[in-house]
Amino acid sequence: MLKTRIIPCLDVAEGRVVKGVNFVDLIDAGDPVESARAYDAAGADELCFLDIMATEENRGTMFDLVTRTAEQCFMPLTIGGGVRTSDDVRALLLAGADKVSFNSAAVANPDVVAHAANRFGSQCIVVAIDAKTVSPGKWEIFTHGGRRATGIDAVEFARTVVAKGAGEILLTSMDRDGTRAGFNIPLTRAISDAVSVPVIASGGVGTLDHLVEGVTQGHASAVLAASIFHFGDFTIREAKDHMAAAGIPMRMT
Amino acid sequence: MTTVLVDYDSGNLHSAEKAFQRMAAQSDAGKVIVTSDPDVVARADRIVLPGDGAFPACKKQLADYTGLFEAIEDATRNRAVPFLGICVGMQMMASVSREYENTDGFGWVGGEVVKIEPSDPALKVPHMGWNDLVIDHPHPVLNGINTGDHAYFVHSYHMRLTDPAHLLAHCDYGGDITAIIGRDNMIGTQFHPEKSQSAGLRLISNFLGWRP
Repeated sequence: MLKTRIIPCLDVAEGRVVKGVNFVDLIDAGDPVESARAYDAAGADELCFLDIMATEENRGTMFDLVTRTAEQCFMPLTIGGGVRTSDDVRALLLAGADKVSFNSAAVANPDVVAHAANRFGSQCIVVAIDAKTVSPGKWEIFTHGGRRATGIDAVEFARTVVAKGAGEILLTSMDRDGTRAGFNIPLTRAISDAVSVPVIASGGVGTLDHLVEGVTQGHASAVLAASIFHFGDFTIREAKDHMAAAGIPMRMT
Repeated sequence: MTTVLVDYDSGNLHSAEKAFQRMAAQSDAGKVIVTSDPDVVARADRIVLPGDGAFPACKKQLADYTGLFEAIEDATRNRAVPFLGICVGMQMMASVSREYENTDGFGWVGGEVVKIEPSDPALKVPHMGWNDLVIDHPHPVLNGINTGDHAYFVHSYHMRLTDPAHLLAHCDYGGDITAIIGRDNMIGTQFHPEKSQSAGLRLISNFLGWRP
């Protein structure tokens, strides 16, 4: 049986792990490669690095981090942030990424997803969707770290990028990100039920019950969290034990 | 002893290279090199064929390197060099793939590569993540790997074998998914051993010491 994945996410800027609370007030939480090794040893199912600065001058630093992580951690690694073209995807895959995530570029032009999926296969193309509730049961895509509204319906957009070849959706609720109030369950379920590919729920985890809800109520295939793991509130093992006790199939290591 | 990882521009070889190098160093299994050169493949003592993406694209990329397909075929079939196919590299061992169009593989192991169609419509495709293996036939490369151990899969197509004797392990995803195949000097894994933490590294180490 396929297991539900727990994915710690490392927000990276200038070679260091940070975590924004609602995308401001960054707190330095350490060296990304060291963190990756710790999560590998702790039994995380995948790792995600998000390059939140993603400026041209910082790309080299990110490639170096990816390369060094891939040399030491024999587990799946997803990289996102500032990915604009299929050549960007290729460069990250060559550095050692297993999956690469588009965000704003896919909103600006969903065909970039099709181009990359045709070139490298859907299995390595993730689309990160940042959505905000605009009215009950209605969610809109926001870009540029949640600052720019697009007027695009999140569920419709998810369907579009999957039709273009996205192999996975990384769904972040901008209402919840950094709040520790739990995933946006209606949003997560609406997107999970709308697409045929796995959806990773993200944004708002504060307790282990939140992780459970993302799967049982949100229908997510994987759950992503940052702060609760980075700051030691819970270990990966505690999260897995809690989810398994709730009847969710987990990989115990 | 030289193990070659065949590089034909399909996906990420960096992790595979590092995983094989680490395990080769631990077991004194010689050099691990990444190459696209048919002459180097022709002299190899072991061949690893990775592969990510769509089958037809992988086959075309392999064919674009003049002599590479033939060098792999000759070393594996005629010199009986130990061969490991990973993901689409495993699927290439089949007679034919039905992904998008009909594309011939090496045809070493009878079977076809077909779309995963889980019996439960709630199950997502691609089959992505950690699934537990069921070992069907013991094999030296699976030493120390047991039913219940997890491996990391990411694929939308899988291989349907003609002869069940070639099925070394499977997993369940709304029906049986072919996980490991083998015959003679050839073995293939649908999952990524280089991404499967300890069980994957164990398989790589076993392959490097395998004398079929």
